Amino acid sequence: MRKFTSLLAVVVIASMLLTACPTPTVEPTPKPEEPTATPEVADYGKVAFISTQCVPVEEAEKMRNVILADFSGTTEFIPADYATFEDTVLAEVKAGKGTIDVIGALHGQFPTLLDANALQDLTPLLDKVKGRGIPDAYMELGKLGTDKQYFIPWMQATYIVAANKKALDYLPEGADPNALTWEQYRDWAKNIYEATGEKKVGFPVNGLIHRFLEGYIYPSYTGGMVTTFKSAEAVEMWKFIKDLWQYVHPQSMVYEFMQEPLMSEEVWVAWDHTARLINAFKERPDDFVALPAPSGPKGKGFMPVVVGLAIPVTAPNPEGAAALIEYLTRPETQITTLREVGFFPVIDVEYPDTIAAGIRAQGEAVSAQAAAADAIPAMLPVGLGPRSGEINKIYRDAFNGIVVDGKDIETVLEAEAQALQTLLNETGAPCWPPDPPSTGACQVK
Amino acid sequence: MNLKRFNWEPYLLLLPSILYLALFFAWPMVQSFGLAFRTDDGQLTLAHMQRMFNDVGFTKALRNTVMLIIAIVPLQFILALIMALLMMERLRGSNMLVYIYSIPLAISDLAAGIIWFSIFTERGYLNSFLYSLGVIDKPFLFLNYQTKWPLVAIVLAEVWRATSIVFVVLVAGLQSIPRDYVEAAEVFGAGWFARVWRVILPLLRPSIQTALILRTILAVQVFAVVSAIAGRGMTVLANEAYLWYREYRNPHLAATYAMFILTISLITAFIYLRALRTKEEMIL
Repeated sequence: MRKFTSLLAVVVIASMLLTACPTPTVEPTPKPEEPTATPEVADYGKVAFISTQCVPVEEAEKMRNVILADFSGTTEFIPADYATFEDTVLAEVKAGKGTIDVIGALHGQFPTLLDANALQDLTPLLDKVKGRGIPDAYMELGKLGTDKQYFIPWMQATYIVAANKKALDYLPEGADPNALTWEQYRDWAKNIYEATGEKKVGFPVNGLIHRFLEGYIYPSYTGGMVTTFKSAEAVEMWKFIKDLWQYVHPQSMVYEFMQEPLMSEEVWVAWDHTARLINAFKERPDDFVALPAPSGPKGKGFMPVVVGLAIPVTAPNPEGAAALIEYLTRPETQITTLREVGFFPVIDVEYPDTIAAGIRAQGEAVSAQAAAADAIPAMLPVGLGPRSGEINKIYRDAFNGIVVDGKDIETVLEAEAQALQTLLNETGAPCWPPDPPSTGACQVK
Repeated sequence: MNLKRFNWEPYLLLLPSILYLALFFAWPMVQSFGLAFRTDDGQLTLAHMQRMFNDVGFTKALRNTVMLIIAIVPLQFILALIMALLMMERLRGSNMLVYIYSIPLAISDLAAGIIWFSIFTERGYLNSFLYSLGVIDKPFLFLNYQTKWPLVAIVLAEVWRATSIVFVVLVAGLQSIPRDYVEAAEVFGAGWFARVWRVILPLLRPSIQTALILRTILAVQVFAVVSAIAGRGMTVLANEAYLWYREYRNPHLAATYAMFILTISLITAFIYLRALRTKEEMIL
């Protein structure tokens, strides 16, 4: 009996603790006015929309309550990380019966789905989005190397540099913050360290640092991503990263989204995905500046990220799905999307004044980066199919070996180049930009 | 006739839990076994295992996991034993100790990791506290991956979070030891230490066994706390399994890691069962 009462007490205390936990403080989103139904169609019914983007709770809530609110129909927004997303869609296709109507995913996440015959041909939908001003290059990406349209570009993002204005005082002499070189970036970090005694430049090592390696520093220093993996330029590049790393905040290993350490001022300067920096710009637009990524000896490597919309073959409501795609690519929806979740429009739009200054600043940095004379756009790996995650491990392992563990650069590159070549051979992936096109599997030189 | 008298009742009562275990434990285990030792086309292979052993992350993860077990389990065991003995002294208000010690049990390991991260991070509670006392004039980087501090933080977090599991098992064991034995020892002049060493600990052996097996297996699987505090600065076996599944999208390698963790768990359980046998068990 005694034991029973003690057990009971434990349970009571536990449940008290659980209920005492504060409710999550999700930013209250202003409830939009009643959706004004478009005259043509009253209601498209229920449309289920799974997306690998806008997954964080706050962004998902913005999707549900603001961005999708005006759609004439009921939308069920399902945010999912890549693993869950892929498993769900492929399982539905395998079962021949689905619940998902619309897919929102990164350009690089579609080939696996196409391989599994999971995607509908959206060519008939082209009429609806024609004249919206989606760049041809992006539409071409949506064909996934075929002559059919498999996804319609939805929104875009990229990675840029965010800096606290306090850091600008420490810029190396004569450096233009909008046209930095990576060497100047290192000197900047060094100046800050020497003046303040603190390492205030950060990288999201627990986040998307593999994109920094693949799409920024490699193309900037070697002109390629894969073919130049262990080139002499790559060796120089790794020496440079090691040098830079002396002035990088040691807690970078834990950083997932750089907006948080930026806002707590643990770091002053950070490279990250625009959507992972946006809160800093939104909440304190006067404190931060958005800068295009620096350039290296070969140019300004950068990675444009294109998010597309597709319809799975098993969609129970294809009309609703097509209507939702049309809705999401309307200029007003694209502006709302930018304002709420920080993804940039894929269509030609003027930024109205309702867009916060911080976001406009980000947008300008994005455009400046893409339009730079020395720009080297690097695409996400596409031909690797279901194994596209493994390439990230190779770049990360090289980083861990060389920078974290301090191993010999050539030895690490030799071993990782072998792993990379094996992956390329096994998947037969041809080279993708910035590497020159290849016949057959891409070869590490 | 015999059949009629056969008592089905206990088996019927066991059936739901057996079904549950079969469906949610045995079946996935068989599946992951298949993933670990077969190629996509269903051929038997040791390639995944070979790849795991050759992977740069593997040695690090194994080393860190073992290091954490060695650092955490004995510390937790001694602490829990002291707490349990203290509790059995029936001091005023010692009953409250059970509740206080059990509080961390109600918190998920990830939440515990985040709590300790917010204590140790650069702008965290510990630095603010030290700063307000004037001990430091700028934040000290506890979570610098180049130092041993993240390890200290992880050990502290794990000790705080999971010592009570050991404690609860030991208290239950202590409660089942008849007071008479201890009192008899006392009458014969045994001091407190002698009573603990010669009477209580030997009688507590089955509970110690359970507690150690439980705790070590949980330590082999340690993941969320490490991930929250050290991020990519430190890896453990469960973290590698997670990364292979989530980030690198290779379920074969993830399953191979899971199988490896299972094997270590089985071996540790076996070692404990052998090492802590009671006299009667040794005859068998």
